[in-house]
Amino acid sequence: MSIRPSLRSALSTLTALLMLLSAAAVQAAPQAAPDAQATPQQQKVNAQDTQAAALLNQLADGSYHNKAKTIEQIADSSDERARQWLEAFAANKLARLEDSGEFVIIIKNRGRHWTIANALTGEPMGKRSRRDIDVIRVNNQLRNQLQDILSVIDLKVSDPERRLAAARDLRGKVTAEMTSQLRKVYVDEDHAEVKSALEEALAIYQLDTQQDPEAIEILDGSLSSEARAALNRAAQSDQPELAAAAKKALSGIQDKLKLNRAAETLYFGLSLGSVLVLAAIGLAITFGVMGVINMAHGELMMLGAYTTWGMQQLLPDSPGLALVLSIPAGFLVAALVGIGIERSVIRHLQGRPLETLLATFGISLILQQLVRTVISPLNRTVITPEWMSGSIMINEALSLTLNRLYIMGFAALVFIGLMMIMRKTRLGLEVRAVTQNRAMARAMGIRATRVDIMTFGLGSGVAGLAGVALSQITNVGPNLGQNYIIDSFMVVVFGGVGNLWGTLVAGLSLGTLNQLLEPWAGAVLAKIVVLVFIILFIQKRPRGLFPQKGRAAEG
Amino acid sequence: MSIKKHLASGLSALALTTACITLPSLALADEDPIKVGILHSLSGTMAISESTLKDEMLMLIQEQNEKGGLLGRQLEPVVVDPASDWPLFAEKARQLLAQDKVDVIFGNWTSVSRKSVLPVVEELNGLLFYPVQYEGEESSENVFYTGAAPNQQAIPAVDYLMNQVGVKRWVLAGTDYVYPRTTNKILKAYLKDHGVADSDIMVNYTPFGHANWQSIVSDIKRFGSAGKKTAVVSTINGDANVPFYRELANQGIEASDIPVVAFSVGEQELSGIDTAPLVGHLAAWNYFMSVDNDANYDFIDQWIDYTGDENAVTNDPMEAHYIGFNMWMEAVRKAGTTDVDAVKDAIIGVSVPNLTGGYATMMPNHHITKPVLIGEIQDNGQFSVVWKTPSTVAGDAWSDYLPGSKDLISDWRQPLHCGNYNVVEHTCGGSEAK
Repeated sequence: MSIRPSLRSALSTLTALLMLLSAAAVQAAPQAAPDAQATPQQQKVNAQDTQAAALLNQLADGSYHNKAKTIEQIADSSDERARQWLEAFAANKLARLEDSGEFVIIIKNRGRHWTIANALTGEPMGKRSRRDIDVIRVNNQLRNQLQDILSVIDLKVSDPERRLAAARDLRGKVTAEMTSQLRKVYVDEDHAEVKSALEEALAIYQLDTQQDPEAIEILDGSLSSEARAALNRAAQSDQPELAAAAKKALSGIQDKLKLNRAAETLYFGLSLGSVLVLAAIGLAITFGVMGVINMAHGELMMLGAYTTWGMQQLLPDSPGLALVLSIPAGFLVAALVGIGIERSVIRHLQGRPLETLLATFGISLILQQLVRTVISPLNRTVITPEWMSGSIMINEALSLTLNRLYIMGFAALVFIGLMMIMRKTRLGLEVRAVTQNRAMARAMGIRATRVDIMTFGLGSGVAGLAGVALSQITNVGPNLGQNYIIDSFMVVVFGGVGNLWGTLVAGLSLGTLNQLLEPWAGAVLAKIVVLVFIILFIQKRPRGLFPQKGRAAEG
Repeated sequence: MSIKKHLASGLSALALTTACITLPSLALADEDPIKVGILHSLSGTMAISESTLKDEMLMLIQEQNEKGGLLGRQLEPVVVDPASDWPLFAEKARQLLAQDKVDVIFGNWTSVSRKSVLPVVEELNGLLFYPVQYEGEESSENVFYTGAAPNQQAIPAVDYLMNQVGVKRWVLAGTDYVYPRTTNKILKAYLKDHGVADSDIMVNYTPFGHANWQSIVSDIKRFGSAGKKTAVVSTINGDANVPFYRELANQGIEASDIPVVAFSVGEQELSGIDTAPLVGHLAAWNYFMSVDNDANYDFIDQWIDYTGDENAVTNDPMEAHYIGFNMWMEAVRKAGTTDVDAVKDAIIGVSVPNLTGGYATMMPNHHITKPVLIGEIQDNGQFSVVWKTPSTVAGDAWSDYLPGSKDLISDWRQPLHCGNYNVVEHTCGGSEAK
């Protein structure tokens, strides 16, 4: 099991680091050398700089085709700074100053003034207007080429994760010049996964160039797309034995893939389901338990998401911590707003569901427009922390995205927490009592008003929690709530009003159903089919999957 | 003062009359500003995109007023809010033209809102400048399309992928409404013309605001692992892009494996996402904020000063409004009046500088000439231009790749004066195709 590293951001951090290091090295060298020897050494440095500048100029002025050649020249040059330049180049951060023609590495490239440093000496050069900086253009093909060059270098680093990524990256890209070097690396490699990836890379090369039937044996059972592509090419070869062997290997792989695909669909379904459960569970309390139709539920989620954004604005350097802190903060903000809505509007409309529906719908519009006016109609950026991005690779055909995995865990925690509150605490007991028989509960000394406030606050707070989670997978904007309100009601009604277990089962099953349908029906039709299914189901069982039983249900 | 009396008293008197008539009308002009209607949603779903354009128009008008206005008259913006509600667009357009008596309207974003406004501007003979890239298949006498037609965005982008990147397999992914459906129809016909097999094209539509991209992205990944270079051509509408790109990044699809070229993702959409995992994915536009050009830098400075937000971004539809506003002013100067019919005739052939270092010319079909740029997403939410058409491309109202429209041309000059003239049957239909 390996976590796929976010290559791009790693690249840029590395660039900055390397730059600092080389700056220190370059500046330290002349100081350390005695004056007498400074001249020849200086000359050598100068000669190297002239050569480097020439190469970089070639890189800056050449067409994309010529740039590819220059990249190889730079990689082959013995200059220690070559790697740093190439990485900066790949990250679109190598530039030439318009006036002086100096080469610089861009350290910060946001806003109208960019922070730069000299590419040759590493000296920081402060901020310059973007007008004066000509970034040396790079495109996907060049970036690919650079990645291959860096991969070969990366095969020798000590970190097995990076070696593995590099080896996987080389599959299908092996060239004749590389093979002898790769074989040597392969023999020396002791990490099993890296070794097998290298073996595969070499096998793909052999199958493609020499039609080697032994290579098929190695590729047999591999789930990587490059291996499949190579086998596909071999299956169309004009040597019948080779083609037959390749076909046999392919059909074996197909069976494995089917299994993986089923597992993947299940995962997708459960993860969509857990998002639905999160969105609906707050509603299950306000609507299901209290019987209040709160159309502003979606906007409470939106507030939770905006709280996450706000926290990240407060703590710009640690988005992960901000996200964790926004869990309680989002709960509080949404709960307070929810209580405000309950006290100011819903309380006066008790027992009049139609008016409540209209009034809360109005509140939802007010909240949306409020966010538009006060914050901005534009979506806000919520950063996904490093530990939540990427995916866990189970095997080459099945990887589980981390953010969804976290949200599934979060949904489970929220559900268990709510269950505990309703079952084990005094509040839960009082809530259940008030829902079953308000008058009797009051006669027993329960302060129904206080219970109303607490329940609505709880339901709204959970909506805020859903918002915090949603900020990691969707847009944080004024319309966030609208997209989820219908789904939430659907889940609650389908699951059975007033039943938390029903909400859980309904959310997960609707999510899975949707994901099962999507591949063959398309996203639009899948949504329609699910909706029709629910309508038909409600016709048959108006009280949902898990109807409440007993006198309370009739009341 | 009676004109009849002066006519009778000879030539000298006639000259005097002219002076007398001109003088009061000049005096009138000073107190009577030129009204510019701004029809962009300030609330509702589309506020995210459209409210920026309203601010931009206000900035341009303010700047022009500081320079002394137009024809010696001040410009007065009239802002209405159609609230992302399509029928309300028609109502508000009617209000602008009939009640406020505006001389020109800058507005709309979605095609459906333009279709809603179209009969109103035609009925009341207004002028509408529409700044967003669209699906084409339309040319109205009263509408000026300053955004890209499909041949100024989609087709060149596909050409780039086909010829420069070597793409052999295509995913056409879009939101389920008129612009993606028409564009994909054109693209599919175009790809087939270039020998792409049906099995190498995958078409996928998703609802507005789609947030759960897991299985679709996984399908794309599978489709792309067949050994041929694959690319995604995305007409996914603004909002749904954020979760789409997030899912791409999380499932590890990098631009070097399967590049995504988008037609609706600009700087503004990217300002809502962390773009580090998206580096290298593409977009095709006629303008990028990163274009290295002094006119563009000046415009950006002006915009940042106006909004007071150091992180404010500019985008393609903003450039379209910049061009449209300047073209309209140039036409008004040329005609010497804001009269709609005079401006309509004067504007054809007008050239104004664009922000990418060239000129935009209004063509007889009411579309303009534009360069087509392909940009790659960078980690700072900007695009880096990797390819550009050698010269500007004139917008084509009627696609050459659709059976219903390839025989149609549009030319609003006399003597043809027709939005969809059929060159085979020699007939002229209405403003839309049959």
